[in-house]
Amino acid sequence: MTPVIEFKNFTFKYRSQVEPTLRDINLSIYPGEKVLIVGPSGSGKSTLAHCINGLVPFSFPGDIQGSLLIGGKNPTDIGIFGVSKMVGTVLQDTDGQFIGLTVAEDIAFALENDCVSQEEMYEKVAKVAKEVEVDSLLDNAPGALSGGQKQRVSMAGVMVDDVDVLLFDEPLANLDPATGKRAIVLIDEIQKVRNATILIIEHRLEDALYKSVDRIILMNEGRIVSDSSVDEILSGSLLREHGIREPLYVAALRHAGCDILPETNPSHVDTLKIDVYKERVKKWYEEIHLPEKQPDTETALEIQKLNFAYVSKKPVLSDIHFQIKKGEMVSIVGKNGAGKTTLSNLICGFLKPDEGTILLNGSDIADKSIKERGEKIGLVMQNPNQMISKAMIYDEVALGLKVRGVQEEEIKERVYKVLKTCGLYEFRNWPISALSFGQKKRVTIASILVMNPDILILDEPTAGQDYRHYTEIMEFLRRINREQGITIMMITHDMHLMLEYTDRAIVISDGQLVADDTPANVLTNEAIADKAYLKKTSLYDLALKCDIASPSSFVERFIYYEREVERHG
Amino acid sequence: MAKLLTYEEKDTAIHRLSGFTKMFFFLMWSLISMLTYDTRVLIVMIIISLISYKFSHTDWRQVATVFKLLCFFLSINIIAVFVIAPYEGCNIYGTRTDLFHIAGMYYMTAEQLFYEINIILKYVTIVPAVLIFIVTTNPSEFAASLNKLGVSYNISYAIAIALRYIPDVQDDYTKIKHAQEARGIEMSAKAKLKDRILNISAIIFPLVFSSMERIDVVSNAMELRGFGKHKKRTWYTGKQLTKADYAVIIFTTILSIAAMVITYYDGNRFYNPFILP
Amino acid sequence: MGKKFGIKEVVAMGIGTALFVVLTTVQIPIGIPNTALQVRAAVLAFMSAVYGPVVGGVIGFAGHALGDAVFYGGVWWSWVFPDALFGIVVGLFVKKFAITTGGFDKAKMILFNIVQVVGNALAWIVLAPVLDILIYAEAPGKVFLQGAGAFLGNIIIVGVLGTLIGAVYSKTGAKNSSLQKED
Repeated sequence: MTPVIEFKNFTFKYRSQVEPTLRDINLSIYPGEKVLIVGPSGSGKSTLAHCINGLVPFSFPGDIQGSLLIGGKNPTDIGIFGVSKMVGTVLQDTDGQFIGLTVAEDIAFALENDCVSQEEMYEKVAKVAKEVEVDSLLDNAPGALSGGQKQRVSMAGVMVDDVDVLLFDEPLANLDPATGKRAIVLIDEIQKVRNATILIIEHRLEDALYKSVDRIILMNEGRIVSDSSVDEILSGSLLREHGIREPLYVAALRHAGCDILPETNPSHVDTLKIDVYKERVKKWYEEIHLPEKQPDTETALEIQKLNFAYVSKKPVLSDIHFQIKKGEMVSIVGKNGAGKTTLSNLICGFLKPDEGTILLNGSDIADKSIKERGEKIGLVMQNPNQMISKAMIYDEVALGLKVRGVQEEEIKERVYKVLKTCGLYEFRNWPISALSFGQKKRVTIASILVMNPDILILDEPTAGQDYRHYTEIMEFLRRINREQGITIMMITHDMHLMLEYTDRAIVISDGQLVADDTPANVLTNEAIADKAYLKKTSLYDLALKCDIASPSSFVERFIYYEREVERHG
Repeated sequence: MAKLLTYEEKDTAIHRLSGFTKMFFFLMWSLISMLTYDTRVLIVMIIISLISYKFSHTDWRQVATVFKLLCFFLSINIIAVFVIAPYEGCNIYGTRTDLFHIAGMYYMTAEQLFYEINIILKYVTIVPAVLIFIVTTNPSEFAASLNKLGVSYNISYAIAIALRYIPDVQDDYTKIKHAQEARGIEMSAKAKLKDRILNISAIIFPLVFSSMERIDVVSNAMELRGFGKHKKRTWYTGKQLTKADYAVIIFTTILSIAAMVITYYDGNRFYNPFILP
Repeated sequence: MGKKFGIKEVVAMGIGTALFVVLTTVQIPIGIPNTALQVRAAVLAFMSAVYGPVVGGVIGFAGHALGDAVFYGGVWWSWVFPDALFGIVVGLFVKKFAITTGGFDKAKMILFNIVQVVGNALAWIVLAPVLDILIYAEAPGKVFLQGAGAFLGNIIIVGVLGTLIGAVYSKTGAKNSSLQKED
């Protein structure tokens, strides 16, 4: 069989850069294969994708050595439009890819550009919409769709062209876990029905592996480090060495001291042959002793009977109530659109509650202005680019103090101090544009911390970041939480984050509080996990397989082990 | 953020017309109302507009906010006209008929009153046409209609992108504004002008720069899906013209010609009731 | 036009128009009734300076017409065309400004400001009053006064905010090879 995509000794250097981004790539992908491409940020996996869909070299020019054939043809000969007839790309940014004013128009976009007649378009759009289950939404505007639905529309928009290859660029990045799982199932179905070639670029390995893939390709520093089956790579140490997060059940097996063998089918927790590992895992579980619980401190934030609706009789939040203790790290979880952001808008004073009270350090803040609340409650937005308004780091961090009329001397002192805390001091005179995404995020956190807030609210602090940057940001937050006693509230749908870094999860579903419990309990309770569009963690399944009576305490011990033993000992 | 006028889906004769027809009507209406100063023509146009407004079943609440704003600006404008040029009407109509004295050099004249009424008419004729156009035309049809009118598909599609992303940009604006307010940046009128500009820049910079990023993402997405491949493109939402469309187009054309003939029949665009024939 | 007209320009027209429309009501009052600084004028100047005359002209035209229509329920063509003209004038010098290549230095900022003042003058002191007189037969005294107000407001906001946006954006495209960490 001839490969549908074939790289031979392929090297690529962007025109604006000195060093090649891809080096010596040899890779063949055969029709009907399903391949997962993983690698840390900057490993060249996005550039590899751009080479496959034609953006390199047509939109991003540069120097190419070696050869690349797509469907047996050289992309330079057939142009980006020729490539797009064979390779359909679903981008990570579903809002950016959704160009049409309605679902139907967006799906029809490629057909319109091909001058297809209206009747034919109606027919094709209807057919492909059905395939990805958006046929009931054809007249909807993108604003009325969830992230998962937008992604389905994007899939339909490239499938309508009958492409041979479907390329997914981080399809899970903006989805809650349950929606992500559905997306993976759908991709799997499409592959089976259409016999298409599927390439998935993703760093959320465990979620991406929910359905089997034929091969997994690991990239690092522009090279292909490994090209093997999933069972093989999970048995080795390459993933960890390159900063890719292993599935949790695999991590647990390793912590227990097991040598993972490819023949035990480690690629899914369901198919894993547990017998060889069972006793070790049980023993490890029994040997971990959790420390005594810390006594409760005072309450930092208390929400009482909070109700809110944009349009009367359509409550967005109803009867929300919870307490957050000083120095806690808490996650607010729930599917997209459950009311999490509305909750933080109410706490910050951007919206006024219809009913209910918000107490900060015991006193009602109903008549405090946004600015006054901002001194006590710091809000960090998901996208740092939506907060940064200065060219230089120092000015950005100093902004909140300047507008409050703090003396120049004091500003300097406080800014320097916070820059040191955030590990940005050495960059203090740099333009922000020279920083990485993660560093920018730290600048926005610094610009809030400088005002000495009691509580920090972060909206999706780790969205779209690889494991290395994720760990960097989360460790940083934990450090300021411990060292400065700042209470931290995180709005998230990242299950790893809530498990590993927060003591408590407040679960909101359809505007109601459905759970306020430890993350371990939430993620081992099927009913709650379903309501919140989370998934049960694979640790739960592993615990059951090992006949451990209390999966939730297995999860708790696992987290404790990861936090304390792995990192500090 | 102020409330925007938006399309509302309904099933009326006007909704069913093609976007092309409505755009043609709207453009002709704009053109005539700009060219003519003939009171009779203007009044007929307003009556026709109001009748079509009635047919469009537009709820008053849909347009109430913008209508109030409009009245506000219009009154300021006509007062300004009077304050700065109290005898412009006399210049135009060539006579002076004092009605009463106001103060100092200001006399209210019949000519000025008539002239200002004509200004109001001119401004107002266009309003129902705009309201109907926006409220009854599906934004999806906008681009296809422009293209049909002869605007290049690149520019037509740019307008579609604008309509697509206005809600997103508006969301971004609100989010950024909130985050900056929480940091203590206020948009109050108390601050000095320079500070006010700097404060607003704390919203505008992130907004503009994230929009620049969005331009990159959207253009890649469009390129990957073959935008600009051919000299022409088809439109999923373009409507075929029906008999009703042709009727409206013909009616609008006849009306426009008639309006021009009546307006310029006597050599200038003003209808002058002050000179007896 | 010199510059290749590609997909990016099409998208810039669209997103730029969306920005212009959204900013229609974002104004900074300066104490004179019925006159305020139009923040959108600065954004128009910036987009024109980055993407050229066609993009600038379309944003000015479509943005103003659409913004008027959806916020005020009318379209005042005599004020739509001047915004388009302003976008075109600023856009004509796109290559000279070198904003995207990081070369927007002091000399370029001065040029940008000369161009914007000339552009605003043509738009608001010449075109807008002339159209007002032609279309609405308004009194010359009134419309020139009005035009002068708009001219002044726009040169201030474009001069301060427009120049700042250009300067900050230009820095983001700059080469960062000279940066050193400090202790």
